[in-house]
Amino acid sequence: MSEASVSATAPAAISLAAVSDARAKGAKNRTWYRRLQRDKVAMAALIVLLILVVLALLAPILPLSDPIKTDPRAKNTGLWTDGHWLGTDQVGRDILSRIIWGARTTLMLGVVAALASTVLGLIFGLLAGYFGGWVDTIVMRVVDVMLAFPSILFAIVVVAILGPSLQNALLAIALLGVPFYVRLVRAEVLTLRTSDFVTAARTIGAPSSRILVRHLLPNIIAPIIVTSSIHIGTLILEAGGLSFLGLGAQPPSPEWGAMVASGRNQLLLAPHVVLVPSVAIFIVVLAFNLLGDGLRDALDPKSH
Amino acid sequence: MTALILKRLAQMIPVLILTTIFVFGMLHLAPGDPVSLVLNADAKAYTQEDFDRVAHELGMDRPLPVQYLDWIGGVVQGDFGTSIFMRRDIGPILLDRLEATSILALGALIFALPIGIGGGILSALWRGSVWDKLINAVIVGGIAFPTFAMGLFLIVLFGVEWKLLPVGGMTSFGDGSLVDRVRHLIMPAISLGVGPAAIIARLTRSSMLEVLSQDYIRTARAKGLKYGTVVRRHAFRNVLVPVMTVVGLQVGYLLGGAVLVEIVFSWPGMGELIVEGIQQRDFPVVQAGVLVIAVIFILINLIVDLIYALVDPRVRFG
Repeated sequence: MSEASVSATAPAAISLAAVSDARAKGAKNRTWYRRLQRDKVAMAALIVLLILVVLALLAPILPLSDPIKTDPRAKNTGLWTDGHWLGTDQVGRDILSRIIWGARTTLMLGVVAALASTVLGLIFGLLAGYFGGWVDTIVMRVVDVMLAFPSILFAIVVVAILGPSLQNALLAIALLGVPFYVRLVRAEVLTLRTSDFVTAARTIGAPSSRILVRHLLPNIIAPIIVTSSIHIGTLILEAGGLSFLGLGAQPPSPEWGAMVASGRNQLLLAPHVVLVPSVAIFIVVLAFNLLGDGLRDALDPKSH
Repeated sequence: MTALILKRLAQMIPVLILTTIFVFGMLHLAPGDPVSLVLNADAKAYTQEDFDRVAHELGMDRPLPVQYLDWIGGVVQGDFGTSIFMRRDIGPILLDRLEATSILALGALIFALPIGIGGGILSALWRGSVWDKLINAVIVGGIAFPTFAMGLFLIVLFGVEWKLLPVGGMTSFGDGSLVDRVRHLIMPAISLGVGPAAIIARLTRSSMLEVLSQDYIRTARAKGLKYGTVVRRHAFRNVLVPVMTVVGLQVGYLLGGAVLVEIVFSWPGMGELIVEGIQQRDFPVVQAGVLVIAVIFILINLIVDLIYALVDPRVRFG
């Protein structure tokens, strides 16, 4: 299957040449950083994410009610009620508290899954691209099989095998991203493998491990990291879907997708129970996507 | 072209075989062996003797490779085994479910295509205007909005507040007319189609902008053709090539995304079947459903590749 078969929901890959150009020209005076600062939308997204990260980190010391403590006297309290700014859910749990505690899960999940799939993608992409032959064949066939399942279905299968839990959902989401990075890294390695500095390193007798880690890795890591930051939004969306299906975080833990699922049964009675976590997912995914787009444009001015 | 088709088919075979092995392995990797699952479905205490008898009846006492070949032999002939929970042959269930999911995916595509392509082209032609910004905002929002939440919002607005559309299922009880079916399809199709519409629009916009900056567009304008004619006759056709690829990929995505929409709208499709299968630990059903979707997905990707080669000679001879 062609390169175009990479899931269309995957982030746009950054061209290596563009990024290394930008780095060569402006590594010292940080022109890309200045360009990013001028991008109002990206900066707004960054600020939203920073606020959310701070709130998530401070959750234990903020004056919030217990996110899993039920209160039968205050079921389905509406928005902007005293003591419950975002209301309460069907068993009287404070939604604001659940959103902030849930942010920990969501952010952690998105970042860890993106990191994990990037690292796995780097390892297997480097190996497949550098060694070629049977290593390449095996890695790429496994990648093909993983790509044979439309995105979330692959995650569903993994969770079906391992059993539904937050950890397994995280693993499934991380695995979901791996084929994309393997292809990306492998393609970069294939073009670098025959370059002069690699040949030179090999000529002076450097072992494969040294060439891979000291010569190839530093040359491909920057665009890959940017790409994976763009990917976080997609991963959060997929994770929310898994939790919504009851295959991710399990009740009563405060996770946004699971909150939507739990409020579903009484959608008509108290729509805000579903509305608030849905909007939360939307804002976070939107912020990650916009920041990612901004990063890409800043690093690759030609993409305009 | 024939050589290319044969080459692609040959490349597909190992992937298909590995996929079937993976799906077959699911049942055995999953916690709890299949025999106890069958026995537990009876909700009665069982002895080692019962266990051995059921294992023998199901053929589960044979070596795994034999079981795999037996299973795949059945699958090729349309025999997907028996559902543990429903006690019925899976084959006919799959057909019904596949039909429902296809209708849903088709509906989503009918929604996404004109909106995506139209929105993308207009946004490119009006580049920099308020409309361009507005369309872009909708695109960015459409990609970031969770499919399941979209479905729930539509239900609240159109199903409950304004009572315009039915909130779930494929038909009303005792009514199977076309109008009834279409009314049931509208909200699920929109929920499923919003994401793809946004992705198609984004790609259409960027390829339209690229095409419009080409020399042959300037040439066409320079020789005095009207702007509208140039856009229609010269630009649009060239934009369609990359857009078609992404549409093909989105069809595959629709099959996956359908899972969430089917759950929200109680749409009796493949996704609902698979998720219910997982909840009921009905692994033969999950296996069959996942395999069918994977095979369809592989075939769609193959067809997209081939159409791409057919349209673009650089791919064919490159």
